[in-house]
This record gives sequence, C-alpha cells and structure tokens, in this order.
Amino acid sequence: MLGRTANDLFWLARSVERAENMARLTEVGYRIMMLPQAADNPHQEWRSTLASAGCTDLYFAKYDNVETKHVVNFLLFDPDNPSSVYSCLANARRNARAQRIAITRDMWESMNSAWIDFAGFNPDTLSVNELPRVLDWVKQRSALYRGAMLNTILRNDTYCFSQLGTFLERGDNTARILDVKYYVLLPSIGLVGTPVDNEQWAAILRSVTAHRSYRWVYKENYRPANIAEFLILNPQMPRSLRYCYSEITGALTDLGHIYGETHACHTDSTVTANNLARLSVDEIFAMGLHEFLLEFTSCNAKLAAEVSSAYNFTG
Amino acid sequence: MPAAFDEMTGTGTLASGSARQPYGGLADWIAAQPLEALQRKRTDAESVFRRTGITFAVYGDPKSAERLIPFDIIPRIIAANEWRRLSTGIEQRVRALNAFMHDIYHRQEILKAGRIPEELIINNSAFVPEMLGVNPALGIYSHIIGIDLVRTSENEFYVLEDNTRTPSGVSYMLENRETMMQLFPELFAANRVAPVDTYPEDLLKTLVSVAPSNLDDDPVIAVLTPGLYNSAYYEHSFLADQMGAELVEAYDLVVLDGALQMKTTQGLRRVDVLYRRVDDDYLDPLVFRPDSLLGVPGLFDVYRAGRVTIVNAPGAGIADDKAIYSYIPQIIEFYLGQQPILKNVPTYNCRNASDLTYVLEHMAELVVKEVHGSGGYGMLVGPAATKAEVEAFRDKVKANPNNYIAQPTLALSTCPTLVDGGLAPRHLDLRPFVLIGDKVRLTPGGLTRVALREGSLVVNSSQGGGTKDTWILQD
Repeated sequence: MLGRTANDLFWLARSVERAENMARLTEVGYRIMMLPQAADNPHQEWRSTLASAGCTDLYFAKYDNVETKHVVNFLLFDPDNPSSVYSCLANARRNARAQRIAITRDMWESMNSAWIDFAGFNPDTLSVNELPRVLDWVKQRSALYRGAMLNTILRNDTYCFSQLGTFLERGDNTARILDVKYYVLLPSIGLVGTPVDNEQWAAILRSVTAHRSYRWVYKENYRPANIAEFLILNPQMPRSLRYCYSEITGALTDLGHIYGETHACHTDSTVTANNLARLSVDEIFAMGLHEFLLEFTSCNAKLAAEVSSAYNFTG
Repeated sequence: MPAAFDEMTGTGTLASGSARQPYGGLADWIAAQPLEALQRKRTDAESVFRRTGITFAVYGDPKSAERLIPFDIIPRIIAANEWRRLSTGIEQRVRALNAFMHDIYHRQEILKAGRIPEELIINNSAFVPEMLGVNPALGIYSHIIGIDLVRTSENEFYVLEDNTRTPSGVSYMLENRETMMQLFPELFAANRVAPVDTYPEDLLKTLVSVAPSNLDDDPVIAVLTPGLYNSAYYEHSFLADQMGAELVEAYDLVVLDGALQMKTTQGLRRVDVLYRRVDDDYLDPLVFRPDSLLGVPGLFDVYRAGRVTIVNAPGAGIADDKAIYSYIPQIIEFYLGQQPILKNVPTYNCRNASDLTYVLEHMAELVVKEVHGSGGYGMLVGPAATKAEVEAFRDKVKANPNNYIAQPTLALSTCPTLVDGGLAPRHLDLRPFVLIGDKVRLTPGGLTRVALREGSLVVNSSQGGGTKDTWILQD
C-alpha cells in the first residue's frame, strides 16, 4: 500500500470520528442551554464547548462575543474552522475520493451521499429548533459510514489504518471533554468522591453517549470519581481511553503481523495501554487529573506522529 | 448543409414509425413507453451517477468543481456487419500509426521518401527528440488509442481524429452500460448486445504484455494520475480499481538504484509498467520541463534503459497531431501497402498557401481547428457561428496560419435523444477504444458523445455534450 494511501485512510476515519464528536459536543451545549441554571450564565456552557472542541482561539479571532447562533454556525458549518462538521466531512470525502479504490463501494457511497446531503442544510435559514435534527443526521451518517466500513472491509492494512484514525481521534476527544468539563463543573476538588445530582454532570456522559451505560455499570447516581474512572479506565466502555488503546494496540499488532516488522509506535502504544490497565482512579487523582490528561493527549499526539513516520504517510 | 442521416429512422422520421433494421426492437419498445416513464428513468440514471460519483471537472468553472456528464438513456446501436468493417479499419489504422511512430523515432524512412514534409515533424512540438533511438517494448508507442469516428450516411464513416496520447472516456463506456443494464434489463434480454466489461481485463493483459522482459516475478502495474482535481480523475481511479493496479501520483514515485519505485507503507517497491494519464511534460522534469518540479526526476533514464514501460510512450502525440492527420492515408499506404479502410475527412492545412486562401474565403462553411487544440476548445464551426465570430477567427488564422487546419462541415448522423419535450434527433460521434500489445484488442463498443443542443455539432462534454450507451449487436 502506498504511504499516501495509508495517510488518507487514517485521516478519512479520523475526520468522520471528529465530525461525530463535534455533533455530540454541540448537542450537549444545546441541551444545557435549555436548563434553568443556564439563564444565570448563558454563555458559560458554550465557552466550555468551544474549549472542549479545541477551537476557542479561532472562534474569538472571528467573533467578539459568545452567541448561540454564532457558536452553532462555527461548530457545524464554518469552512474557516478546520474542525467544523463541514470541514470534517469535506476532508473525509476528499480522502475517500482520493482512495476510492482502497475503500469498498459501500464506504464510498455512504461518504459521498453524506457529503451531497449535507449541502442540503442551509445554515442561514436553520432555526435553533431544527438543530437536533441536524445533529442526529450527523451521528447517523457517521454510524452508517462506520457500519459500512466494519461490514465490508477486508481485515488487512486498510482496516488497520482506519481503526488507528478512529481511535486516536476518539481517545483525544474523550480526554479533552473530560479535562475541560470536569473543572467547569466540579466546584471544589474536595467533592470528587461525593454523589452529585446535577443534570450538567450527565452532560459529560451524554457527550460521549455514556449516560445510560454509566448506570448499567455503577447502578447509582453520578459521582465525579466514577465518571472519571468510567471514561478513562473502563475496558468495556467504547469511548474510554483504555478501550481506545486496546483498539490501537490491536491494529498495530495486526500491522506488525501483516508487514512482519514493528516500530517505535508499537512500543509506545503498549506502554500507554499498560498504564491504563494498571492505574486506579485514586492514583490518577493523586497525580492530578488535569496533569494526567495532559500527559495522555501529548502521548496520543506523539503516537500519531510515530505512526505517520513508521508507515511513510508523507512519502 | 444536407439533412443529417438518422441512425434510427434512416432518412425517415420518428413519426413515420419506420426504423432501420438494428434499431427495430428498440423502436418498438420506445413506442410502448409513455414519455413520463422515460423521463423518470432519466432521473433514476442521474441519481445513480451522482451517488457513484461519476463526475468530471470543467476547467475554468470554479462554481461547480464536479459535474455530471449528461447521460441520455436512448442507446446508440451499430449492427454486427457495420462493426466488423469498422474494426478492420481501426486495426489497420492503429498498426500504421505505431509503425509510423517507430519510423519517426528511428530511421525516418517516410521523411526520406518525401511522403511527409520534414519540417512538419522536426518543428512539431509533439515531436520528442529524446525519443530518437529509444526502443520501447515490442516496438509499440501508443498502446491505447481512441479513434473518433463520425457517420454521415448508411455506408459512410469518417475518422475525425486519432487520440494516441492519453485518450479518456472509457470509464463512461463501462459505467453507461452498467447503468443501462440496471435500468432496462428487459432491453438486454431482447437484444443481442455485445458485452463491454472485458475492457479492464484486456487493458491489464495489454499492459502486462509490454512489461520489461527480464522480470523475475509478475509485473507491478501502476496508473499515474495528476490527482484528485484532474477532470478525468474518476476514470483513473476506476481503471486502477478494475485492474487491481496501484493508483499513484508523481510524488509517490522516485527513481532509485536504476528502477522506478513507489513509496509504500513498507518502504520502496519497484514499478514495471506505468500507465500514465499525465502529459509528457509532467513525466520527468530533468528531460521535459527543467523549470518544473512536477514529475519523477530520472524516470526517462530508467525508461530508456528498458527497466520500466511507459504507456503510452513519450512522444506518442506526434501521431495525433492535427497537421499529421491529413497524411494518415499516405502513412497507411507507406507502411502497410494497403488502401485505408476508414476514410479521412478532407483537410486543409493552413500552413499551405493555397489551402490558407481557400480556408479564408470559405470560413463560414468550414470547421476550423487549432492544430494542438482538444476538448472542443479553440475551434470554429463556421455554419453555426455568428458573422463576428467568423471574422474574429479569420484574424487568428491569418496571424498564425501554421496553427490551424480546416475541414468541411460534415452532416453528422443523429440519433433520437430524450430532451425536455420528448424524443428529438441530436448529432453524434463515436470513440472506440483499441488496445495494442502482444495483439490488437478492440472492445465491441465505445463512447458515443451526443451534442444535446439542437442543431449543434460539438459533442465535447466541456461544451455541453452528453453521452449514450453504445450497443454493438451480435449476429
């Protein structure tokens, strides 16, 4: 496989995952805006949404103040925002078109029709009430694409690079949501072990579609420590950092078998995966949640660079 | 201009209900279809194309980066005996074209014999002196040729031009058929239509047959595309996909250890046959465009050493130059000792003083083309042009006569086509695709292009042309 093909497959998967995450983040912001508490400080939630999405600076370079209409447009439709749903889908579709001979017909057609249909949304006339419909659409299209991928693709290097893109992006997203939202919501670190009854806590879980599965696992009200444990360490939760790394090491192991050689990315991903399997949530809080997540995202970014260089993504 | 020959009704009309023999079954079927049903099928066809992403880019049209080529659901039909004659003529022509190129890049007997003016070759920008003395595998220069044919009556076909560089459109031949078979299975059950889906396999066989001869294992084939934003990108990816070949861009390639290599996830891998869909200028900057960063430095040296085959060969454009075109009957006679089976359109070379005088006097009746133009750009269709357009073109020809040829305006045949108000005759041409390797392979079919505007004779997709499925009937 060409290095460029591997690069495009990686970013195709990564962009689809990011489009879906942007839709989830926007959904959470939208829900919290409707809560009674939001009336006191309507913009706080959008600020944390922008921070979770990693595009605060870019937003304020364009707008002076936080306004629902602007934020929604910025996160969903703005071509100047490289992480907007629009930009992610454009990028995903570009990569799919460049590699249509490496992906299956089902994958191509689901991606191409998503791109064609997305043009049907008009950001100028879209009312806030219609937002849930748009966000659902994005999630459905991402699920459709990923379903087409999982159901039709050979379990060869094409699959491995797609999995790497998906789970490196997902791990990064979960870590950022946790980092930003946690400190916005936790009034004092002393409260980390006590139960809280706050719809906003549900929002963290909701943004990774884990509000119901949390209850299946913990069978009690939200506790900040449990939420952190669930999203970082739970091996069954498909958006937890630990789960992402089991998929990442799995894909890299497969690549090692297919190509008959291993690289720095194999060693480093195994170290991260082992850490996540070994640590307890208490140990994480002892070293500082923020410091832990910062370390994680930097390892995650380093791993992406190592994968790129090991497999000649840029020639 | 005389009335055009209609391929379905001959010299009759649709209303009179008489169809030529090959169209008999189709005409009956059409008569039984309500117009709305046909129009619905047309919409279905469009959505198939859009979903599949069969699009092309139009240069200089930033508004629509990707467009569909309009597809007409009424097929164009050629009888088995008609096709046999065309095939023999096409095979004769491509053999002569390759013999001509081999001669031009070796002993140049045809120039020495005075059959073609030497300056037409030597001063021609399509002539690549670096190719002199190079020996491509099997002595073949143009492995894939698209011959543009037009029909003017029951028995008259003319070759309008030979495309010997990187002819495109074959993916439409294949996808049009695929779409038609989805939409109208009953028509294929009732008519004996020769299949076209052997093309990718034949292309692969052709490419394998011209691989360098000293390989230890199966040749590695790659299709070289200018990339995603090229107008024919869909076709490049389609062909690579169908053949199971790699689809590469220049920066995926590098010359190392005297071989052409591609950069893979496992390091460098050798490429043996490069089916390039880029112009000569973008092959090797060391040879063709020193000012350019595009291409693969060193590629030409590897090629000259016979360690990679480039398809079609650099310099193959010398055979489809419009100024050479008028000499093709002599070329066939010179190399094969035969009379041409397919006719050439009488052509005026404006470089000749007497031809130029004639062209300037009769411009309003002629089709005038740039020698190196393609895609319907830079041409004048005299009878369809305004007086001002004719005058403006006359100035261009006077300023640089060597750059122009002219031909009489042919009454291109028509075929019923679905337009807004129903079925109406529209003018057509035909581009069969022929493959030349260890043998000549010709797929029974081709790309039929149709000028959708009433009365228009310009069929190019960039100029509002569409396509039709082309049926070659079997006996």
